[in-house]
Amino acid sequence: MSVLTQNTTISPAEVRRVILTQSKRANVGHIGSSLSVVEILCALYGGVLRTSGPEDPDRDRFVLSKGHAALALYAVLSLKGWIDLAILDSYCGDDSALGVHPEAVLPGIDFSTGSLGHGLSIAAGAALAARLKGSGRHVYCLISDGECNEGSTWEAAMFAAHQRLSNLTVIVDLDGQQAMGLTREICNLENLSARWSTFGWESVEADGHSVDELVAALASAHGERPRIVVARTVFGRGVWYMEQGIAITQKHLPQRPVNWHYLPMSDEEFGIAMRGLEEA
Amino acid sequence: MKNSGSRCAAWRKLSEVRKAFIDTMCSLAELDERILLLTGDLGYMAMEPFQERFSARFFNTGIAEQNMIGVATGLAEAGMIPYAYSIATFAALRPFEFIRNGPVLHRLPVRVVGMGAGFEYGTAGQTHHAVEDIGVMRTLPGLTVIIPADSTQAAKAIRSTFGLAGPVYYSLAKDDRIEIPGLDGRFDLGRMQLLRDGADLAIIAMGSITAEAVAAADELADEGIRAAVSVVSNFHPDPEEDAVRLLRNVPHAISIESHTLSGGLAAFIATVIASHGLGCRLWPMGVRRPPDGTSGSPANRLRKHGLNSFHVVQTARLAIRGRGDC
Repeated sequence: MSVLTQNTTISPAEVRRVILTQSKRANVGHIGSSLSVVEILCALYGGVLRTSGPEDPDRDRFVLSKGHAALALYAVLSLKGWIDLAILDSYCGDDSALGVHPEAVLPGIDFSTGSLGHGLSIAAGAALAARLKGSGRHVYCLISDGECNEGSTWEAAMFAAHQRLSNLTVIVDLDGQQAMGLTREICNLENLSARWSTFGWESVEADGHSVDELVAALASAHGERPRIVVARTVFGRGVWYMEQGIAITQKHLPQRPVNWHYLPMSDEEFGIAMRGLEEA
Repeated sequence: MKNSGSRCAAWRKLSEVRKAFIDTMCSLAELDERILLLTGDLGYMAMEPFQERFSARFFNTGIAEQNMIGVATGLAEAGMIPYAYSIATFAALRPFEFIRNGPVLHRLPVRVVGMGAGFEYGTAGQTHHAVEDIGVMRTLPGLTVIIPADSTQAAKAIRSTFGLAGPVYYSLAKDDRIEIPGLDGRFDLGRMQLLRDGADLAIIAMGSITAEAVAAADELADEGIRAAVSVVSNFHPDPEEDAVRLLRNVPHAISIESHTLSGGLAAFIATVIASHGLGCRLWPMGVRRPPDGTSGSPANRLRKHGLNSFHVVQTARLAIRGRGDC
């Protein structure tokens, strides 16, 4: 039987500490994307998702469609005790199940993702399955704003609206970044809330770094339609030089936040980032 | 039913060609409530028996094949057995990556159903000719691939594989007027079906084009060439043992498929011959030419690509006697 994971507060600062530590240990990038979704995951796993554990068949489902933020999810799951710390330390190691993108073999990971535009249709199917089985479980899906370039995202949006999947909630991480630069320069996504509303969704906007605001947007009762929470976030949130797009030890790089989609941290950058967390 | 040429008759025919599939789906759905049917907005005048009897388990997901496979993945994870139906090119090729990253990667019992294998949508044009789907699907080791040769075998194959734990791709023949002599609906996963024995050469066929192989074997028998005929109806598990058993006793093998030579039957047979060090020579018959902008009836297409019984006979003569025209 599902139970509400009430008030199991997860500290965003603690999640960021794990993200930075593991990124540094493994010497890999995708740091900025992981940092931008920290509060969203803290809201979900701190009380919105109803589950008694990762094996609970009637647990609420979560699809991390922006799979490149998996490290943030690993951090949250480890802080909840669902992923052992020793396993967490295998992040990006040989034969590890913890790659940059998540695999469903891990407890707490319902679906393997990493190819953008895939997750929402799976989430719609999971929501439809819950309805067919008479289950009260809810399905949450976190997508990136760049992912809204994908036609398949909108195929799934139309399907979910047509089926009136009121047990489906999408959160879009509106950080304004995608792999080669700013979303507004590559494939403009302005008026994103209105676009989803036009597709038949309940649209709610929230500060993507306010856990309280996110919980309110995620947990309030749905009408008859699926809901999207447009979460305004900052790429690289919590590390000042990432937020500003500065690569401290690679001064030849232009000042662009998207640098931190790719770069691993130098020792100096890691030190600065960790000190910043402690002082915050 | 004979094709009378009238519009009304054409509609009736349209509703009949998928009958084996829909009838089987209805009987399975009666037995197992996990079975759902999804369509990418195709199957008009064919799906209705299921839609009417199991309306809560039928979903037209719209003209959006990627989403259809994604939705099926989410449904299967929750314990359902969804069948996702479209024309073979749209079912297999458009959402390929969704099949790969969804049911295959997650090992879920999604059934992708592609209708109109090979050139069976002949006059519909090249966009509708499914001559690459098997090769593409065979690149996914976790996906069982089933290619029935006729509607009776299709019904048997669908019934006997609906409970598999992993995903399945069915490449279904559209024309259920084709009945392969001697096949009698036999289907065993991981096996080939031998239609007739013969020591001079083996003709191995895949799909409804098996009818051409059988006709060719009849003609060859009249001139004293004894051709074994066998059908490959599935991959993953591959019918490797049966293929070795058949091929180690013949000097020549002809593979015939309404499919490109990449990844399909010829590729499988060639791998078996080479990896087992068999002494048999392969004469692969399949689609070799790139699309040229033309279309036509299925018979026209087989003729154009050198894939009807006449061409099989010519190839057999060439193999046995060194000349194709005598």
